[in-house]
Amino acid sequence: MNKPQHKQALLRLGDDALILGQRLGEWCGHAPALEEDIALTNIALDLIGQTQSYLSLAGSLNEGESQTDDQLAFHRTERDFKNLLLVEQPNGDFGDTIVRQFLFDHFALLRAEHLASQTFDLEAAAIAAKAIKEIRYHADHSSKWVIRLGDGTTESHERVQKSLNELWKFTGEMFTADEIDVAGIESGLLPDLTILKTKWDTAIDAVLKKSTLIRPENGWMQQGGRKGIHTESFGFLLAEMQSLPRTYPDATW
Amino acid sequence: MKQEGDDNGNSPEAIAMVKAVKRQLEDVMDPELPFLSVGEMGILRDVIYKNDHTICIVTPTYSGCPATDVISKDVLAAARVVDPRSSVQIAMSPAWTTDWISEKAREKMTQNGIAPPEGLSHDRAFLTGDDRIIPCPICKSKNTKLISPFGSTACKASFSCNTCLEPFEHFKCI
Ligand SMILES: [Zn+2]
Repeated sequence: MNKPQHKQALLRLGDDALILGQRLGEWCGHAPALEEDIALTNIALDLIGQTQSYLSLAGSLNEGESQTDDQLAFHRTERDFKNLLLVEQPNGDFGDTIVRQFLFDHFALLRAEHLASQTFDLEAAAIAAKAIKEIRYHADHSSKWVIRLGDGTTESHERVQKSLNELWKFTGEMFTADEIDVAGIESGLLPDLTILKTKWDTAIDAVLKKSTLIRPENGWMQQGGRKGIHTESFGFLLAEMQSLPRTYPDATW
Repeated sequence: MKQEGDDNGNSPEAIAMVKAVKRQLEDVMDPELPFLSVGEMGILRDVIYKNDHTICIVTPTYSGCPATDVISKDVLAAARVVDPRSSVQIAMSPAWTTDWISEKAREKMTQNGIAPPEGLSHDRAFLTGDDRIIPCPICKSKNTKLISPFGSTACKASFSCNTCLEPFEHFKCI
């Protein structure tokens, strides 16, 4: 893959983590229990850390002057963000947040396992090797909650099944290869999405079985995030995330 | 004339400088565990000599650990007392693991009320600690329970003791 494609592939990794981290951060002070408040914000922190690494690396691949992680996070516009639509979906209730996390965690874990083992980009491999330990922990947490809610009360079961049904249409995008993916797969940087899908199905099905939840049918899948075409709530997320650095461009801690 | 040096071809002065920087860094503490040095935590990986100055190699514990910035600054400040041209390099690979936390450091954790990581990180059963017995660091009871796999910092989980009823933190094994 050429340099601009390489940069795009890294931006996707960074943007997935950044946008999900931003969403989870919205739970700070609002989660149903103190422990979950801490858990969701801890996961957000891990994701923002991964973002910093991936975006810094992406910014260093510019043809001209390199960009910092902050420049990429805070000074790009909506169409420039290439995250999956799944991760930008609003938090909804706790069940919606857990299902969104569960569907993404297992995908992110498999993707990171491939990234850590490839040799096309050794810096990306190092970032992924570190991220695996964190994502494994997240996947364990979200899977346990899916089981607890699914195999819980009638109400928790019904609500989390509804979350699963509604978010399912965003899972297709994870496994649809476009020209960046094709180039990335050819160079070895990115995993073969067909193989990834099979592994993801196995992981998801095992948890769903324990949770007594029914796996939704693969119907129409909504896509567009990888092209920068986002869902309605994304603009609000971006406005909140970028407001401070855009209002005070030189603000530091 | 034969010059005494190390395997990397460094001069005796350079070797002495590295030693002095390392000694200076023994007093740099982990801001989140102020009774442990960054060396004991395995966060300070090495001090090397390159291009006429020392380089302190630091690795983050978690990708987003906010302490990494503070640690880098503290390491740099301490190193520059000895070598004004010293710099800090962040190394992502190999990824930090709790296996690098020294035995002495684990003992100090217990003394300070934190249950240290149990076992080795490559054993998947140790991942979350909830399938494991984590002894209470206060009364040593093995009758403890996991409250949450997450805690006050990225590296800790929350437990409570069924015997002395005290809550305590467990350093996650990664
Ligand atoms: Zn106790």
